[in-house]
Formats: sequence, C-alpha cells, structure tokens
Amino acid sequence: MILLTCPNCGARNVSEFRYGGETNKRPDVNTATPHDWAEYLYMRRNPNGMIREWWYHRAGCGSWFIAERHTKTHDIIATYLWSPEAAK
Amino acid sequence: MTQLIRQGLNGSKPQQRMWRVHDMKDSYDVVIIGGGAHGLAAAYYLAKHHGITNVAVLEKRYIGHGGSGRNTTIIRSNYLTPEGVLFYDESVKLYQELSQDLNFNVMFSQRGHLTLAHTDSAVRTMRWRAEVNQLQGVDSRLVYPDELAKICPQLDLSDHPRYPIMGALFHPPGGIIRHDAVVWGYARGADERGVHIHQMTEVTGIDVQQGKVAGVQTDRGYIKTGVVLNATAGWCTLIADMAGVRLPITTHPLQACVSEPLKPFLDVVIVSGSLHVYVSQSDRGELVMGASVDPYQSYSMDSTLDFMEGLSGHVLELLPMLSKVKILRQWAGVCDMTPDYSPVMGLTPVEGFLVDVGWGTWGFKASPVSGKRMAEMIATNKTPDLIAPFRLSRFYEDALVGEKGAASVGH
Repeated sequence: MILLTCPNCGARNVSEFRYGGETNKRPDVNTATPHDWAEYLYMRRNPNGMIREWWYHRAGCGSWFIAERHTKTHDIIATYLWSPEAAK
Repeated sequence: MTQLIRQGLNGSKPQQRMWRVHDMKDSYDVVIIGGGAHGLAAAYYLAKHHGITNVAVLEKRYIGHGGSGRNTTIIRSNYLTPEGVLFYDESVKLYQELSQDLNFNVMFSQRGHLTLAHTDSAVRTMRWRAEVNQLQGVDSRLVYPDELAKICPQLDLSDHPRYPIMGALFHPPGGIIRHDAVVWGYARGADERGVHIHQMTEVTGIDVQQGKVAGVQTDRGYIKTGVVLNATAGWCTLIADMAGVRLPITTHPLQACVSEPLKPFLDVVIVSGSLHVYVSQSDRGELVMGASVDPYQSYSMDSTLDFMEGLSGHVLELLPMLSKVKILRQWAGVCDMTPDYSPVMGLTPVEGFLVDVGWGTWGFKASPVSGKRMAEMIATNKTPDLIAPFRLSRFYEDALVGEKGAASVGH
C-alpha cells in the first residue's frame, strides 16, 4: 500500500498516517457483561478481504477517519469521516 | 556420512525421499492444520513420545511455505516475563539436542545475541530482563560499551549516530539455525513414525457438531476426526472462523531481506529494539536482516520500498561499513499478532479444537517446545503447566502475559 486518501487532505503517502485497527461496535455500557467487554477489547474479525478500519492523519490534518480496504490486494474502496450514519 | 561418501564414489543418487506421499484416509485420530515447524513438531512428538501415529498434517502449499521459511532464524530465551523465559528456555534446550534427536543437521549456531539499548529507559529494561533471565537460570547479562567493544568490535560505538549505543543485553546461548532443516527434519522424523503429511491440501471447513469437532472438510475430501490442532500462524483466524472460534489476533506482514554474500565478519546476532532491526550473518555469508511488522493489518506478502529505506538507514547507524553492500532479495511473511505479544495455546470453547497460534514475530524459536507441549496436551488431555499462562481464556480473565521482550516491541 502506497497512497491513502484523507477525506480532508486528499491522496498522501501512507507513511503520513497512523493505523487505528478495525472498527468495532462498542457494547452498551448499561447491559454489557465483563465477557462482552473482553470481546470488544481483544477479539478481532481479521478478515482476508474487505475491512472497515480507523486511520489517523498524524502528519496532516490530524483527523481520525474510516477506510474500507481489502486486506490482501490493498484496494481502497472509500475513505470518509466518521458520522452517526456512517457508523451503522 | 558413510552413505554420502558411498554415493559420491559410485555416482548414485539417494533413492529415498525424506517424506512420502500417501493417499488420504477417511479418518485420523488427530488432524494438524499447518505444515510448518510447529505443526510438524507436534506431529513428531505425538508419534515419538506418545505413540499416537494415526495423524495427518494438512498443508495448503508445500511444507515450510509460511512463517517457517520466512523468519530470520534467531533462537533465544532472554524474554521479559518469567512465563516467557521458562517457555523459550525449554525451546533453546530442545534446539541444542535437535540435530542428534532428528539425526539431521539443523546447523544450530549458538554465537551469542546482543540486544542493544540506545536510551536510559532501554538500559533499564535490559537490566530488568537480565535479572528476570538470571532468576530463571538463563545466561544473560547487561554489558556496557567497553565490554561491547570486545564482544562486537564491528558496531559503531562512538557518539556519532543519532542514537548512540549505551549498552546491551548479552545472551551467549542465543544464535541462529537453518530454518528449512528444522522443518524437513521434523517432517522426516514424523513420516518415519507413520504420520501422513498431505501437501497442497487446503482445509475448507471444520465440522462441529454439538460443540464438538467431528471432522475436517478439505479440497481433497472429508476427514473424520475428533481432534484438530490449528497451527496456521498468519492464517489462524480464517481456520478458527470455520470452527466458530474468535481469536484476539490480527494479521500483519513482517518483511526481511538478505544482502549479497560477504566474507564472514559478524559472529554475533545484533538486535536493536529502539531502531527495530536485527542483523546476523548466515553460513552463506549473507546478512539476514529484519524489522518490525508493517503497521496495518494485511495478508499481502508484497515487499515495500518503505521498509527497505527504513531498515537500511537503521542498519547503517549500527554498522556504517555496510554502506556499499547490495541487497540481494527481500520478502515478507504474515504474522499473527496478539495484544500482549504472547502466544495463544490450548483449549477453545469448541471441544477437540485446539490452537497453537498467536506466534507473531516470535514463533520459529518456539517450534520444538510448542510442538512437544501441544503433543503432551493432546495425548494426556491435560494442559501442561508450562503453557497454561498462554491459554485463550486469559483474555476473559484479565490475565494477559505482557511480553515486552518480543522482537517487535520498542523500548
């Protein structure tokens, strides 16, 4: 992977970014058991295929955003800023 | 040796293959997925120590195609946690006897291992590691530049580099080995005792009935079995998914490279956690060099220029005389990284589905001990004390084993 498109700054070298890992649904704080929290903290899907993941543009605008990427071919389908709609 | 001389004189070629090709049976007592050093070692010790020989090792490609053929062959036991030190120390001891045990020269060279410290905090961590190591009976101590100059005069110990060397953790039993020989030796030993090694056989599904393993579906047919061992390193979550087991693992590529062959000049293994680099000279004279894992999850085994630039800069900080040396080749392997840099071994919520995974950047050096202990676990149905700290359930019990002595951890 060489280029990543920041929603604010455009296509930049991937070394400008910090990886934030795959997106993960946070459990409901009112009902979650310790087991749910352990799953949320540690267990990962780790697919060989499309993944939704967090990136941070540390050498640019400093925003966190989401990328949809293929983990084998590194094709990036979309990058966008987080929003309540995007999280669903 | 006598065989070699006889064949050399009469011009014949060896008749016997190191392992045979078998037809796949309908059922096996144990199916091991993954024909790397870990899977083959488990098969070998199952047959040798426990007399369980109705075992199949399934490998998607050829044996040793994954991490076993892509690592940088460093063997050591100077870890940080007592659990880790005890575990890897047993592995070093098994490696010392391995050539004898397998009747196959694995070329283990215990040449000494230096972990360099470039900052005060790294020196502190090295002192901590040395104390933990010594308590467990492992030869390991902190050395300062005056002594370091005698152990490894090739290093640039001046104050010219950006991060001058302030000391090092010296681990005399550490060394390098011929990794292919380990894979082949275990494969031959297992095959001799009746284990079936099936190469080019891909697992496509795991049959779980009422929470128990019933069989394995492959692209060459269905196998009935009650015990499946997942020893597939970078691809382990894909196999675990088939059994419905979740793992705390993400897959990251790790890149390495070798230089053109040079006359022997470097007789220790040099590692720097701060610069994320390790260098050793192989018996062929090539410098074998690696760095830390790529920062993002990926199953790709492509090489990147980014890695080459970063690594070269760091190696030249340590060994500036290499500035004119050419890189011969570069490759990548995929590593199954865990959150605490320790492996995941043993039982899962599915009965009969065992894991020997989470081997990240520290797996090859553990092949003999994990094979031996997983074999013991399968044969006795009990978790050996040595691997109990690495159980999968530790993540639900808040009992992680934070192994900051792993190769990919900076200090």
